[in-house]
Amino acid sequence: MLNKNIYLILIISLVFAISFWIGFNVNLLPAEASINAPIYDELFKILFIIGLIIFIGMTIAVIYSLFKFRKRNDQIGDGIALEGNLSLEIVWTIIPSIIVLLIGLYSYNIYDRMGGMKELNHNHEMMTSNTEKIWAGISQTSDNEIAINNLSIEVSAMQFAFLFNYPKGNFISGELHVPVDQKVSMKMESKDVIHAFWVPEFRIKQDIIPGQPTILNFTPTKVGKYPIICAELCGPYHGGMRASIIVEEESDYNEWFNKNKKPEVNL
Amino acid sequence: MTISIDPQKTNNESLQPKGWLRYFSFSLDHKVIGIQYLVCGFLFYLIGGTLASAIRIELASPMSDFMPRDVYNQVLTLHGTIMIFLWIVPVVNGAFGNYLIPFYVGARDMAFPRLNAVAFWLIPPSGLMLVASYFVEGAAQAGWTAYPPLSITTPQSGQIIWILSVLLLGGSSIFGGINFIATIIKLRRPGLKLMQLPMYCWAMLGTSLLVVLSTPVLAGTLILLSFDIIANTGFFNPVLGGNVVVYQHLFWFYSHPAVYIMVLPAFGLVSEILPVHARKPLFGYTTMVFSIMGIVVLGLVVWAHHMFTSGTPPWMRLFFTIATAFIAVPTGIKFFNWVATLWGGKISINSAILFSCGFIINFVFGGITGVALAQVPFDIHVHDTYFVVAHFHYIVYGGTVFIIFSSIYHWFPKVTGKMLNEKLGILHFIITFIGFNLCFAPQHWLGLNGMPRRVAEYDPQFQFVNQISSLGALLMAISTIPFLINVFLSLRNGKDAGDNPWNALTPEWLTSSPPPVENWEGEAPLVEEPYGYGKEISEQK
Repeated sequence: MLNKNIYLILIISLVFAISFWIGFNVNLLPAEASINAPIYDELFKILFIIGLIIFIGMTIAVIYSLFKFRKRNDQIGDGIALEGNLSLEIVWTIIPSIIVLLIGLYSYNIYDRMGGMKELNHNHEMMTSNTEKIWAGISQTSDNEIAINNLSIEVSAMQFAFLFNYPKGNFISGELHVPVDQKVSMKMESKDVIHAFWVPEFRIKQDIIPGQPTILNFTPTKVGKYPIICAELCGPYHGGMRASIIVEEESDYNEWFNKNKKPEVNL
Repeated sequence: MTISIDPQKTNNESLQPKGWLRYFSFSLDHKVIGIQYLVCGFLFYLIGGTLASAIRIELASPMSDFMPRDVYNQVLTLHGTIMIFLWIVPVVNGAFGNYLIPFYVGARDMAFPRLNAVAFWLIPPSGLMLVASYFVEGAAQAGWTAYPPLSITTPQSGQIIWILSVLLLGGSSIFGGINFIATIIKLRRPGLKLMQLPMYCWAMLGTSLLVVLSTPVLAGTLILLSFDIIANTGFFNPVLGGNVVVYQHLFWFYSHPAVYIMVLPAFGLVSEILPVHARKPLFGYTTMVFSIMGIVVLGLVVWAHHMFTSGTPPWMRLFFTIATAFIAVPTGIKFFNWVATLWGGKISINSAILFSCGFIINFVFGGITGVALAQVPFDIHVHDTYFVVAHFHYIVYGGTVFIIFSSIYHWFPKVTGKMLNEKLGILHFIITFIGFNLCFAPQHWLGLNGMPRRVAEYDPQFQFVNQISSLGALLMAISTIPFLINVFLSLRNGKDAGDNPWNALTPEWLTSSPPPVENWEGEAPLVEEPYGYGKEISEQK
């Protein structure tokens, strides 16, 4: 009996060790290029490790049972008439409940850190009228942040392209240029069907919905060129609906901005 | 012809064709209808599988070069619709439910045999209509979710035929659900208590409740959508002031429970198969019953986790995160109980048990990615990517389809009186298991690294991993060959099975194989302990 317990403890520790090793050493995610990305990857790592422990543990249990309790040729009759074990069943109800609850609370914390839990601000400066309803993505901003932050961009999506309107410069670009380490606020609206704005390196995604503007804020942290991908089926060329986001140093960004800026037209 | 409502008389043999012709007739025999569901479903599985192969051929190269882009969208729409509405739902509910439930409750037929036959005969025409819509103006191409406004703006005839077809299939499903509830509640043999029923009855009771509660919502939604398409109403059309997100809420109010409509019956079937081949009672019968009902209740209040990027308020995201993740608790209980059923048994290693154990391993994997996907911040990155595609194929293929095959190996001797060939069966399992995991495991990585779902072209850096996935799909296609050979060879000259080759204790085995039209020659037996394995031995001690 003691021997059996030692083996069990050994196997469980081994499963934990392997899961932690894989969790910390195998990277399944693309580069981290926004302040959301490291927070996301932290959640991913935790879920990955817990998932590995459960998956490896269950797989071992199934394969071991098949091997250990297989019917030998000389055996007749049935297995033991064990119909249940209430305390065991209570244990494997309560432990998963606690794990699930902890994961839920932890991901709530992660979501809050990403800015997802901030209240919707109805006095948003980008709103065109008071009756218009704006739906929020993650990384909500308050009015103060908007006031400090100069970078608001209007995104329109259509079959099968994204257009980026820089209201301050009065021009429209097919490429999204943003300076590094600055918060970007985007108001997104679709001209036809539902599209989605996804930058895998930023770990953000928000649907772009016709008739209902959505807001998405993010802060890029790494200079480079990243793909913007439409993630919602939008028609035959859905797979080709891509654009680029170019994160550059502020000086480079300003140079690009000033080159494209058009003089204000007074109507 | 007089219409008799007495189930005892509905199987009047003189009215029914005999032999294999029965299967092409409006038969009222629940066993014939069950087989009709199974064979019809399998034919659609082959069509859906062919479409899946076309998708994987297209995705073997990063460019859109195998078929036109709009045809690709039609193919993926038909693949999803056929696999869900014409293969998995009719087979795990209709086929096994019809065949087994009357035996399990000790009845000679279902409560409403004519409704039962109508429910089946709605399926072939609506399925053929769906496939044929390709030849009209092109099939529907807005995905199986048919989100407006895309579904309103794509060619109309295909979308309208799609809606009609899904409405008919939904109707069939509701008829079936009502029939199962009535049969389980009202047709139980005198003396048989609810808590003595085999677990599949409980699974079908829970599933049928979900069908009856949620399918009408889908029907209503699709009718409104069809008004938007043909009558220019504006329920979901933003140009006319409609709201596209409302459609998503209504659609997922059915379509998330639909996942449980596809997996709960599989949970029931595996609970029948494991105890027989492990020679042990089902572990934790009572907790199993409560977990099924827990999944039914929770399954109705988690739909918005499909819409975390659609723009839902924060509190709603939080509620649906917690509710969704909590489904893992009753589901987890069932998996622990199945492993405990195996533990200490005398397990015969055969095709049925291998497919069941393959199901446990695949489903645990799909369940873990499911709990991860329930977390809003996690989902925001991978929503609508290949990660989701991989997740739900682990649930519906690695889970339910593995159980369908396991069940075919388990009940083939009951239905035909012949054994299936074990060597071919184990070969079938090995190719399916390897092919399935090779096809879908790499897709998790694709989704995490930036490949959205439903695309015909993709970033060339993903080509190698996509080719591995396509190779897996090829193996899955090949795996049907030993299965089909096995079925046809065994039907012709398989080993005689006898009445009860597995020495099983559930009621369907306590009659001849194949069973007589009236199910039992005499009175239906009263089976108080369907899982009473090992009882005689412990009594001897």
